[in-house]
Amino acid sequence: MASTQEAPVKKNPAGTGFSHRIIPCLDVADGRTVKGVKFTSLRDVGDPVELAIRYQEQGADELMFLDISASVEGRKTMLDVVRQVARELSIPFSVGGGISQIEDVMRLLEAGADKVSVNTAAVKRPELIREIAEACGSQCCVLAIDARRRTEPIQTQYTEWAVLTHGGRQDSGLEAFAWGEEAVKLGAGEILLTSWDQDGTRAGFDLELTRRFASGLPVPVIASGGADGPQSFIDVFTSGGADAALAASIFHDGHWTVRDLKEEIAKSGVSIRL
Amino acid sequence: MTSSPPPLPSEGITDSEKEKSSAKFSKLALDVIDYGAGNVGSALRSLERIGVQYRLVGGDHPMPTGDRPILFPGVGAFGASMAQLKVRGLNTRIPDMVKRGTPYVGICIGMQVLFDFSEEAPGVPGLGLLPGKVVKFTEGKVPQIGWNRIEAKQADWPEGHVYFVNSYYPSPTHTEHSLYEAVYYQPFTAAVRSANITAFQFHPEKSGPFGQSLLEKSLEELL
Repeated sequence: MASTQEAPVKKNPAGTGFSHRIIPCLDVADGRTVKGVKFTSLRDVGDPVELAIRYQEQGADELMFLDISASVEGRKTMLDVVRQVARELSIPFSVGGGISQIEDVMRLLEAGADKVSVNTAAVKRPELIREIAEACGSQCCVLAIDARRRTEPIQTQYTEWAVLTHGGRQDSGLEAFAWGEEAVKLGAGEILLTSWDQDGTRAGFDLELTRRFASGLPVPVIASGGADGPQSFIDVFTSGGADAALAASIFHDGHWTVRDLKEEIAKSGVSIRL
Repeated sequence: MTSSPPPLPSEGITDSEKEKSSAKFSKLALDVIDYGAGNVGSALRSLERIGVQYRLVGGDHPMPTGDRPILFPGVGAFGASMAQLKVRGLNTRIPDMVKRGTPYVGICIGMQVLFDFSEEAPGVPGLGLLPGKVVKFTEGKVPQIGWNRIEAKQADWPEGHVYFVNSYYPSPTHTEHSLYEAVYYQPFTAAVRSANITAFQFHPEKSGPFGQSLLEKSLEELL
């Protein structure tokens, strides 16, 4: 690891009541679940409502839906999906993608979403975070950060990560951890931290990136990008200090059921709900 | 180790059981408090799943009359919630109705407002229906977001895992009001119950089949 400067991550030993969360993620385009590698080359992996029910039955702790529809019709379809999912599901779920104003947030929450996740729009206009937190509470407001390792640290001797926007296509110029700190001050209640370098590779989560956020921010951090087998989750919960971990392909492709994965993680002694 | 995806949909509630459940609650009609903070959607979908009738009250909706049980779900800040209740006089109307016998089911902030006050909003009085205060977690990441196991403090309430999203928790003056306890780095009261009041700090509507069974149990008593 390039950086060893962070404070050690606080352990979550048994007896604290704390359980690490496993969050399957469904990217939805025009009402269908899709999955791409590095945010591109999408393929259809099924009906989002059916998949959501399957993951709930397998013991998922929470679900994340990212609307990657490009059209107005696609957005309307997403509201229908949210309503159906909320009627069928009895576990929490977040919805992200295309949220740029408080009205978008209210529509999603009224449809039955529990949280919303903002990304590009919050980079463009950070006040959006404060607006959501004030209207609906911080617990509703997840800030999604797509982070890419900068080849050379620009300002400090430590590793830095660039914040990407527009589905990974643009570099915002912001440094990821500094942006995370600012977002928490504005009212973000959770950080969904995706490693652009690891996403879709099944090479394990970016532990250094996750540790930087988990040890440096007072809010829960959801690690994303690079999920593989149980060991990758055990690593990101222990060495990375993540509060939750998100994955898509390993579940959609049937490599792991949520239940089998959680049972394997539990064997390591990491606290998890079975 | 790999495993293939299981068939769809598998176990769970069958259609005939669903109908039974709907029929069971079809006579129940609740007044759900909604002052427009966008936080009742998931609770309403849950009532639809169970098959309970409801109407929205408070905010821009009609006022509750006290002849239907009250459900106050949702998330938010103590000060903001009390301010919203005050706009239409619900801060005195609700205690009046509940003291006269209207059943009250509260979730999350709908539980916290039952108490005298909260550390979250010093100087703002709560509904004062249960003696005690609401205090903040002092360890671990705050808010607590996630699943936690609850332990029953009263007879005939089952134990299991439920979903929490909270920075604050209630500290009832009378320990006999405690219905469930849990541990988040420290022990805390997770649900309370007294006469016609049942209230949860966690979200039974987001806690899977177990959570739904707790919500149904609290509603069954109202039939």
